[in-house]
Amino acid sequence: MLDNNQLLRFTTAGSVDDGKSTLIGRLLYDSKSIFEDQLQAIENTSKKKGHEGVDLALFTDGLKDEREQGITIDVAYRYFTTPKRKFIIADTPGHIQYTRNMVTGASTANAAIILVDARHGVIEQTKRHSFIASLLQIPHVIVCINKMDLVDYSEDAYNKVIHQFEEFSSKLLVQDIRFIPISALNGDNVVNRSKNMDWYQGAPLLHTLETMHISSDINKVDARFPVQTVLRPQSESHRDYRGYAGRVASGILRVGDDVTVMPSGFTSKIKSIDTLDKSLSEAHAPMSVSITLEDDIDISRGDMIVRSNNKPEPIQDIEVMLCWLHNNPAKPRAKYSIRHTSNEQKAMIKEVIYKINIESLDRNTEDKELTMNDISKVKIRTTKPLMVDSYRENRTTGSVILIDDATNETVAAGMIV
Amino acid sequence: MSKYYLNYLDELESEAIFILREVWAQFDNPVILFSGGKDSILVTHLAKKAFYPAKIPFPLMHVDTGHNFPETIKFRDDIIADLGVQLIVGSVQESIDEGRVAEEKGKNATRNALQITTLLDAIESNKIDCAIGGGRRDEEKARAKERFFSHRDDFGQWDPKNQRPELWNIFNGRHFEGEHFRAFPISNWTEMDVWNYIKRENIAIPSLYFAHEREVVWRQDSWIPNSEFLVLEDHEEIVTKKIRFRTLGDITITGGIESDADTLEKIADEVSGMRQTERGNRSDDKRSESAMEDRKRQGYF
Repeated sequence: MLDNNQLLRFTTAGSVDDGKSTLIGRLLYDSKSIFEDQLQAIENTSKKKGHEGVDLALFTDGLKDEREQGITIDVAYRYFTTPKRKFIIADTPGHIQYTRNMVTGASTANAAIILVDARHGVIEQTKRHSFIASLLQIPHVIVCINKMDLVDYSEDAYNKVIHQFEEFSSKLLVQDIRFIPISALNGDNVVNRSKNMDWYQGAPLLHTLETMHISSDINKVDARFPVQTVLRPQSESHRDYRGYAGRVASGILRVGDDVTVMPSGFTSKIKSIDTLDKSLSEAHAPMSVSITLEDDIDISRGDMIVRSNNKPEPIQDIEVMLCWLHNNPAKPRAKYSIRHTSNEQKAMIKEVIYKINIESLDRNTEDKELTMNDISKVKIRTTKPLMVDSYRENRTTGSVILIDDATNETVAAGMIV
Repeated sequence: MSKYYLNYLDELESEAIFILREVWAQFDNPVILFSGGKDSILVTHLAKKAFYPAKIPFPLMHVDTGHNFPETIKFRDDIIADLGVQLIVGSVQESIDEGRVAEEKGKNATRNALQITTLLDAIESNKIDCAIGGGRRDEEKARAKERFFSHRDDFGQWDPKNQRPELWNIFNGRHFEGEHFRAFPISNWTEMDVWNYIKRENIAIPSLYFAHEREVVWRQDSWIPNSEFLVLEDHEEIVTKKIRFRTLGDITITGGIESDADTLEKIADEVSGMRQTERGNRSDDKRSESAMEDRKRQGYF
């Protein structure tokens, strides 16, 4: 594996019958990421259940309950590596009651794989998955038209699905959509090019994942450095050292840059950017570093160091696309803790503007109750300003979670409009 | 501007450092669970990076079963001296002596499950609110569902069906008195990533990971090392083999593999060609299909 190989995180959403588990099993199996003892265990289970051959789908079932019920109820993470890239799969269940799991898996993904059964074409679930990919701003969407073996590998069937998909996807905000005809069961166009579909000129799925251009997906313009903690060694060698530890959220910070500390507004210059290995002249997302400034100013966790000529907006009234994650519905005008990067404040949901009907994707302005899996547009008021960017411009400084102080549970995830 | 991206090891490193700093910022009294195995050594190395130029600001904690490889204990003490951090030891022998747990009986008896009680006792008596572990999601199917910040109730138990969702890089470590968290900074690393990184950073690891001559016995499809705790069956025979260990647990349950890999390069090459998972040589995982999940629910690492 070469040193400059990148990491690609992708999500797969799908339900019991559309072949998602088989597809993942196929990717892992054909890329030789399944070990013999794992394969042996799957073979044993397949035999016990009376399945013909090896049921690759069994490989992705993790917990006891899931193995018993044959469903995926949580996000499971899978790993495989090829000579070109390391991959992390966030494998999420596709059924409507698991919308929150899909949102969770999508939040860190560079790419989404959406599976469509070639026999059934675009169905409500396809639209829902695509909507979530668009809402969470996953930069790349790959629509895999699966079970091509069951439609005689027909080009017409493939084109029909593309046509259906493009009809509704024009309304979504996805920059890059690709279509690949596959059979996960037989391996057509998954790792190896299909011999049954000469009419398809594009690359198989794995090659697409390996070569997709992802370095430009990171925001390199807006320098944002949320401070996690302050490092004060007070040792012989570093007596007066005061470093601000954090991970660059976006943009590039350089030694000598004029910076402003939000929300205080104090200004200074970057004196050094340090790591254990060496001091750097610049740092970019998503590097973890320690930054020192020329001036001694009061900075603590929750503050954000930004370039003085490009600052986020400090606001207390924010509009958010909110996904409700918890069993307990939102209480009207109840207060929650809101977390935004390393900052935490109190917040109140002041107004539900509309709720999205996740089946039809229509807006509902009548129903204002937020229950688990609901996605809605809301107005939130915070006790102190948050330094925000819009989610579309910045996935790190544009996202928040809500925590219920009574239970300490994470109850909602929000994307700032 | 195309050079502004990280390679996969740098991205994993940066993610782990971020998690370690979040733990420090969100908890009052965290510790690193240190077993002397490569994963906890890696976590400790990453913690050194996360807080440089300050020292690691929290202790290391070792749950000592008493069934150790002597090499592991020496390695542990050296690293503690080098880092200048505090070591907390939870002793399984003490738990047995105090009657908190009873020794397993029979041929495959181990102290593996007994560690749970000792670990939870040590967490409680030291008022630890977050125990940082080297668990990885690729190790085992129950671990594939583990969060970076994983909640434990006041009995130390994990409820896999009721976990807090983790979105983006926002972690919620809020907890009530008596509850604690487990944090897993290297969740997204695979065994291969760990070896490639150890090689790249030239991190010191116990000699047990390198091929060496050792007295062993063939049991449950792997080479179990001879030790004072080993009880031989009639048909079993002690032989000397050139072996190395892929994981390190108790000396009673950790099986070695025959190998000539005596450098980090050779180990990385060997691992990349492996066709068995690393825990395939751990008899504690072989007891049933959900052996790991069942132990994790109770509070295991």
